[in-house]
Amino acid sequence: MSLPTTLQVENICKIFGRVAAVDHLSCEVRRGELLGIIGPNGSGKTTLVNLISGYVKPTSGRILYNGQDITRIAPHKIVCMGISRTFQMVRPFYQLPAYKNMIIPLYSPRIRQLAGGKYGDRNAVALDLLEEVGFERDAHVAYKPAGTLPQGYLKRLELAKAIALSPDLLILDELFSGLSLAEVASIVPVIEKLRLAGKTIIMIEHRLKELFRIADRIMVLNYGQKIAEGASAEVMESEEVKKAYLGSEE
Amino acid sequence: MKKRRERIDRGIKARSEDVYALSSWREMLYLAGPRLLPAAAFLLLPLFLGVYWQKVMISVAVFALLAISWNMLAQTGMISLGQALFFGMGAYVSGILNFYLGIPPWLTIPAATVLGGTLCTLILMPVLRLRGIYFSMVTLIIPLMLVRIIEATKIFGGTEGLSGMTPLPSGLTEVYLVTGVFLGVLFGLRRLMETDYGLVLKGIRDNDRSVTNAGIDIFWFKTQALFIASTIGAFAGAFMTHVYMFVGMPVFALDYSILPIAAAVVGGSGTLAGAALGAVMLVPLSEALRGIGGLRIVMYGLFLVVFIVAIPEGLFDYIQRKYHQMERWVEIDQ
Repeated sequence: MSLPTTLQVENICKIFGRVAAVDHLSCEVRRGELLGIIGPNGSGKTTLVNLISGYVKPTSGRILYNGQDITRIAPHKIVCMGISRTFQMVRPFYQLPAYKNMIIPLYSPRIRQLAGGKYGDRNAVALDLLEEVGFERDAHVAYKPAGTLPQGYLKRLELAKAIALSPDLLILDELFSGLSLAEVASIVPVIEKLRLAGKTIIMIEHRLKELFRIADRIMVLNYGQKIAEGASAEVMESEEVKKAYLGSEE
Repeated sequence: MKKRRERIDRGIKARSEDVYALSSWREMLYLAGPRLLPAAAFLLLPLFLGVYWQKVMISVAVFALLAISWNMLAQTGMISLGQALFFGMGAYVSGILNFYLGIPPWLTIPAATVLGGTLCTLILMPVLRLRGIYFSMVTLIIPLMLVRIIEATKIFGGTEGLSGMTPLPSGLTEVYLVTGVFLGVLFGLRRLMETDYGLVLKGIRDNDRSVTNAGIDIFWFKTQALFIASTIGAFAGAFMTHVYMFVGMPVFALDYSILPIAAAVVGGSGTLAGAALGAVMLVPLSEALRGIGGLRIVMYGLFLVVFIVAIPEGLFDYIQRKYHQMERWVEIDQ
């Protein structure tokens, strides 16, 4: 692959108390690639995402985004540079209608920059974006208060909020968790469309079957370290991965 | 047969929700009435009231401004226990400008409003990153600390304070200045909070991480909200300096911190109009209870407790609901 590197993580370490959540980890993501990150609970996947998006500062190591060091940059500035993420636990503004939830990302300085200081009607843009992720316009789902929506829609709303920022690098933290097979199947095309639009995507998932179908490359973490990396089939063949997922036989 | 209470919107509410409201006087009145009536009352009442009740009205407007200022912060997720800081800062700045430099009130009041607001914002900016009770504690402590500093260093008249400020031209000027600003601030801020900007501020209260994740600097937006709120408080203080013709340590008193919160809670802590309504009720009540002497505070406290228990959502929300919705008993099928 000769594509330019979008994100480069260099020997990064995060130590909470006496536990190394992420332990001397290095990896890179190329432009337009979909990298899947898997690993057992507590293996440091979410901490890695928090490090990249700036919510957690690393103990050592650095992160380069398009060649620029973003290790010590504030989270909101990282978003404005084009990295947006979703959260595993969705916490929308419950009293507001779903589409009003979208106003806040659309108010972002990044959108102002991209639009050259002009933006149309935010409400209309919000409704369009929500339709893209599967809020049926005819059923007026987007007008319902977020607090009344089922989990599937809340996850879609979370995805729409991240897309609204028109990111270059999109990080999806367990987007599929808590969703039914049908719901996952309906979100997959949205992700594939984003890929066609040239977005670089990192996905953290426990739903391996669905992930393997769309990911270019898989990275496996355990105890904060990378234990395997490569195409999905070869990763699952690795002895280390089997041991991490199924337990060792000792 | 079991029954349950059902609430439904009044027909007129639905009819007046869109631009079609303009097609009939009834619908227009339905929309404008609740806004025009209190505004008209505030503008006309001073003409009929005696001097004493005019003073009460001034007090109402001042506490309403402080309650609105408190609510503005609360809507942005900052619970302040120190509106006295804003009030006192405005009061001292206008007092100093008038006492030492002889600047007339029509200049000191606007100057103290902006300068006082800026000073308060600068003082509280370092603690803006604190959340919840930690922020509240700091806001509570700062005005109390300033009082001790004035006492200890004897600056600006020390415990005596500064007196002999230039009064405002007349009683009616006083009333109309403060009620005018009060109504302007109330309706202006209500509109502001309905915009997308207001939505971002409310978003910070509900889930600040989500706002950060939208690429928005919550620290900067909180600073702006703090500036708006402290400017409102500082105006109230600057204005009162010229009404009392005196400024001293009492302007940092706990009353100016606590009463606005009580007003916001009684009126409805979620809305600006609720905060204002609370002040409109509590201040005259406090005056009316003056007659009963020593038990005044007890009665006042009792009233507050009864109110909070009976209508926990606040009076404004309650009235609003009754205005827009009707209730009826419906049978539950089973």
